[in-house]
Amino acid sequence: MPVSTSSSRVIYDALKASGVRLVSALPETWLVHLIRMAEDDPDMILVRLAKEEEGVGISAGAHFAGVTSAMLMQNHGFLASINGIVSCAQLYKIPLLMLISYRGEFGERDPWQTEGGGVTEDLLRALRIPFAYLDRPDHVASRIRKAQTLAYSANKPVALLLCRDLMWEEPA
Amino acid sequence: MMRRIDALNAIYPRLQESVVVTIMGAVAAELQSIGHRPNFFYLQHAMGLASSLGLGIALSRPMQRVIVLDGDGSVLMNLGGLTTLARYRPKNLVHIVFDNESLLSVGGFPTATSTGSDLAAIAHAAGVPHTSTVRETGALVGALNDAIGRNDLATIVAKVEAVGPAAFVTDLGLLENRFEFQRWLRQH
Repeated sequence: MPVSTSSSRVIYDALKASGVRLVSALPETWLVHLIRMAEDDPDMILVRLAKEEEGVGISAGAHFAGVTSAMLMQNHGFLASINGIVSCAQLYKIPLLMLISYRGEFGERDPWQTEGGGVTEDLLRALRIPFAYLDRPDHVASRIRKAQTLAYSANKPVALLLCRDLMWEEPA
Repeated sequence: MMRRIDALNAIYPRLQESVVVTIMGAVAAELQSIGHRPNFFYLQHAMGLASSLGLGIALSRPMQRVIVLDGDGSVLMNLGGLTTLARYRPKNLVHIVFDNESLLSVGGFPTATSTGSDLAAIAHAAGVPHTSTVRETGALVGALNDAIGRNDLATIVAKVEAVGPAAFVTDLGLLENRFEFQRWLRQH
């Protein structure tokens, strides 16, 4: 499976370095290594979800208790979480770091991913959720750190879009 | 069948000493009418996520007793959340579901529990280790005391009358409650 192990490691290490101690996740192809890294890490609480929206509530509870968390999901999981993001995280001003695999972009071969890919950025803008791309390993650490800094200073959800160029190693 | 306000009064001594997360509407307003405390958080929207929020607290603070006050309409919106609760089985969490078989806050339309859906059976099938359905305040207090004494995850479905307060908006601001609760939790 050409999901990049090395990029996943860079992302995971950056999450750890930024103090993340709880990760909620719903598996998708691009996230397999990240979820396994969380699973193998005795210092990380991994919460496997039935549906991504639960992760908003779990992160809110963790935040109240002083635990830094992150959500790992596909962009369709973001679509499925929107009521929770608006009526829990935004209404109650919860810092929420969302790592969203950006399926359906240029290069997508799976037809079923393409509609979600086409609306992801517009929805983030409509919800006034600050976001940036993670598309190269060399800026992953600083963007995760800065995204989290803004989430905490503004008490709001922020998103990082995990892009194909970072997550997927195309056969040459 | 009991009234929810009487049920809340009966379990209030246990709520006082716990971290409490409630759903929106009638439950929040009634609990506040009995007495707000800084260790009570009222999730005034995001239907379905009260149990997820309670799980996040329970996993982050294993030494704190967490009581989630849920409702049939909210649980039905997040049935998958029961499987997540059961999967992580926080021993410090008690999940109470006030089941009035209706969406009282928005017109009283009947939910599926009015036509036979059994939330305790669903929770049991989801893997929650201890489930029960109670219809009287004494039985509710007993079930809650048992759950706390057992020190294990439990879902208690409390069948209540579909009656509630005249108004749902109280003078406690959402963000006031949120920051007060966070401060309390981080100090305890």
